Amino acid sequence: MMDRLKNGVWLIPLLFLVLACIPFIADALGEPFYITFFARVLIYALAACALNIILGFAGLVSFGHALFIGLGCYAVGILGFFDISNGWLQLLAALAVCALVALFVGTVCLRTSGIGFIMITLAFAQMFYFLMVSMTMFGGDDGLNIFMPSDFGFFELSGSREVYWATWAVLLLLTIFLFRFRKSPFGLVLRATHLNPRRVNALGYSVFKVQLAAYILSGMITGVAGFLLANLTAFASPSYMSWHMSGELIVMLVIGGLGTVTGPIFGSIIYLVMEEVFKGITQHWMLLMGPLIVIIAMLTRNGVDFMKLLRINTNPSEGVDRADETKPAAAGDAS
Amino acid sequence: MKIRLQLGALAASLGLMFSAAAQADIKIGFSGVMSGPQASLGQDQLDGFMLGLELLGGKLGGQPAQVIVEDDQLKPDVGVQILQKFLEREKVDAVVGLGFSNVLMAQSRRIKDTGIPALSTNAGPAPLAGKMCMPNLFVMAWQNDAASEAMGQYAQNKGYKRAALITSNYQAGRDKLAGFKRFFKGEIVSEAYTQLGQLDYSAEISNIQKSNPDVIFAFYPGGAGVNFVRQMKQVGLMGKIPFLSDSMIDANTLGAMKNDAIGSIYGMHWGKVLDNAKNKAFVEAYQKRFKREPTEYAANAFDAANLLDAAVKKLNGNVSDRKAFVQAIKDAGSEFESVRGDFKFDKNNMPIVDYHALEVVSEGGDVGIKHLETVFKGHRDAYVGDCSL
Amino acid sequence: MDSSLFLSQLLNGVQLGVLLFLLSSGLTLIFGIMNFINLAHGSLYMVGAFIGAAAFNASGSFVFAVMAGMLASAAVGLLLEHGIARPLYRYDHLYQVLATFGLMMFFNELAIVIFGSRPYYAGIPDYLSGAVTVFGSPYPVYRILIIVVGILVAVGAWYLIQKTRFGMLIRAGASNSNMVSVLGVNIDLLKKLLFMLGAALAGLAGALAGPILSVQSGMGEPVLILALVVIVVGGIGSIRGALVAAMIIAIIDTLGRAYMPQLLAPFMVPTSANAVGPALASMLIYILMALVLAFKPDGILAPRKR
Repeated sequence: MMDRLKNGVWLIPLLFLVLACIPFIADALGEPFYITFFARVLIYALAACALNIILGFAGLVSFGHALFIGLGCYAVGILGFFDISNGWLQLLAALAVCALVALFVGTVCLRTSGIGFIMITLAFAQMFYFLMVSMTMFGGDDGLNIFMPSDFGFFELSGSREVYWATWAVLLLLTIFLFRFRKSPFGLVLRATHLNPRRVNALGYSVFKVQLAAYILSGMITGVAGFLLANLTAFASPSYMSWHMSGELIVMLVIGGLGTVTGPIFGSIIYLVMEEVFKGITQHWMLLMGPLIVIIAMLTRNGVDFMKLLRINTNPSEGVDRADETKPAAAGDAS
Repeated sequence: MKIRLQLGALAASLGLMFSAAAQADIKIGFSGVMSGPQASLGQDQLDGFMLGLELLGGKLGGQPAQVIVEDDQLKPDVGVQILQKFLEREKVDAVVGLGFSNVLMAQSRRIKDTGIPALSTNAGPAPLAGKMCMPNLFVMAWQNDAASEAMGQYAQNKGYKRAALITSNYQAGRDKLAGFKRFFKGEIVSEAYTQLGQLDYSAEISNIQKSNPDVIFAFYPGGAGVNFVRQMKQVGLMGKIPFLSDSMIDANTLGAMKNDAIGSIYGMHWGKVLDNAKNKAFVEAYQKRFKREPTEYAANAFDAANLLDAAVKKLNGNVSDRKAFVQAIKDAGSEFESVRGDFKFDKNNMPIVDYHALEVVSEGGDVGIKHLETVFKGHRDAYVGDCSL
Repeated sequence: MDSSLFLSQLLNGVQLGVLLFLLSSGLTLIFGIMNFINLAHGSLYMVGAFIGAAAFNASGSFVFAVMAGMLASAAVGLLLEHGIARPLYRYDHLYQVLATFGLMMFFNELAIVIFGSRPYYAGIPDYLSGAVTVFGSPYPVYRILIIVVGILVAVGAWYLIQKTRFGMLIRAGASNSNMVSVLGVNIDLLKKLLFMLGAALAGLAGALAGPILSVQSGMGEPVLILALVVIVVGGIGSIRGALVAAMIIAIIDTLGRAYMPQLLAPFMVPTSANAVGPALASMLIYILMALVLAFKPDGILAPRKR
């Protein structure tokens, strides 16, 4: 029990307890807007956690992950357009489409590495962006209004509060899953593919297959984030797929700590709160945000955990010695 | 110790909740694109609105007014969040601005659900004019197709027989070409939709030349518009074939096109040369205050300020009843003094105003605007029939 | 098919290709030889465009304006190299992407603060503003200038890298920088000079492109993506690759946009053909990139690794 306390496992329940208090605090203060704000934060946190699976664990820098957010949103939007508001069907469609697209995109992208991978993930996101812009029937770049919330039978995602709780629940489940996943056989192999792919192959695993499976998983979960975003904003738009959004997800992930369990959640909170604070200070808030991102990159470049600097252990372990998998293989290393 | 630090990360965010908003009599929420490449449009609207307010002594209908400004970054989800903030946190009495079509569309559902009086000074997308019309959303700008329809009619009036059309392949572009075709009855010899973000139009311009049109009609927003006009000029087509456009040429883009745009004609519901007292006062005040020329976006927002003033006056300063406020705004539409001359709201809350053909001319080494003709008087949009109000 | 129109369109494609080459040459040098992903390349291009335009407005001399643009970009590049690139060379591409992403945001907003958010006027001198008849159609003189400059840059860069001592040191440094510094060469200075060269090329592209592609905040972004596609297809680090890839991509894109609607016309309604055509044409570039990466992950003309 003392070991568990020391290793920070208690961080997960504490974090979620605090997050659960937010709606009540917001109500008590008479500021329901903050439920909407934090619902958006948690949705981004969900997407960042999903990105963590391939970027944090496997070191694959995907610059096109916002693509799956868009797909999830449009699953809700397009089905809603045809008057299908059944939440289960929409969710199933989002998961299926994301899985298929991830399978296709992953198969093409994972044959490259490094800059090639970054570029090609970006390229695919751009392609889908242009595709949705040219789809007049679904609003094109004016976007698609969603009139009916996703109906799951016993509840509906009809307002910010409902979306907040749904996102909170999904995030909690995902966090518990990732906590186990990190140390599961599959998770360990995945993390190994970043450190020493040749060895992984030699041990009989296929690096390609492992990474593809992770990519598909990551895509599907990001799709769920998109599904929730569509319900929060009651809107689907190609701009949800923009590369700016993909870039921001990466920033959130790096702030929180690559490859950690709760890092992405902290990362999203910090980034989006900073953005809101900066926007309140000046119209030219990007003059502040830009250099901040640069500073973060410089501080964390050799895998230094930003959260560790703040003395927050975002990687609750159960006593297992953690290899520092965020440290990249230096150029020229024989691997 | 650790627990306190863990919470510290969240405390900063909770801290946001504790800042109180100042008290003022009338609260207006202004949202628009204030950062990034399109920031000039948001800035123009803000400046136009604030100038209007300033000339009214900082009061609307005799009540002191406070304006809260938010940047929607041209992102629909941010726009929705801002609206929530205005409604739930700032508790505004009305919202003004509301950005580009895609942001406005995203915000429209909440606007409808809450019944808050909303004045759009930037866009008037077709769905909001037709099937999705609502009593409390007022478009101070234009229905997106209108100026293009005016250009189509102008081309028709001039007797042109062959038209080449070109625009960017997104909703606004498609709507505008459709608007042109609604009133132009001649032959369309070429119709091109280029990609968003495309920089170089030489291929399309070559095609246009080969198709031998009597008139060219184009729509490109912002920087793309500047590119297109300058490229047309460099090839030697500008001035050789009549060039009509919509929402491409305004005080902002003219600053970058300068003499390259001379000879081109565009359609708009307002021009700085419009001959009425209110407009003359507006243009002069704007030039003096901001040291630059006003655009139609500024004009829309200036009108919005005066409209709100008239509406609040009708209610004797009491805007607490949203439905009454909405009705007052609707009625004030035909009563307030607009820089565009005659103004009133159609049943779908789109403006019924005149549309003009304006030409860019050379004026003492610089560029100036000349009024060619009033193409439409009191023009109604094409979607009003779909509105069930 | 109208042959003179085809030739005109081909010329358009060549000209676009040269512009793309100018844009990507700087990027491929910095990336290929120093292994540094520079998303702020678009910002360097923007600096060249703004300073070039401002210099021309102030002085009326086009040559001075272009030089000013190049110098300004080189100066900014130097600052960038020293402050941000240098600490990040040894580290994972991710942090380079992140840092330059933040820089891009900063520069975009800085441009608005300094120059305002309206498009900025970039003039052309009178002696360059006419048109000559080529293949039966008027063709802007200015574009011919761009083609000429592009070819000069290509030849100059090849000469520099292949035939001069500086170029030899660069190539050696790319292969094994430790060895080079052990041999007494100041590798740090070398990298600074190279970065400045890459930045100057971006600035040149910006100053030249300003008059035809509007000058405003954020102008670097569409350009950046195109440039990245070009260097990935052409092979990172290869100037020849950048030239070849830029040409191929530009010609496919231009001819695609020119003829796709006609190709599709038999199969669909004119309005759809006109809309789907360009959409398909723009996706062609990415499809091409995907194909190249699938069969030749290092690009078409990648320099041989050690």
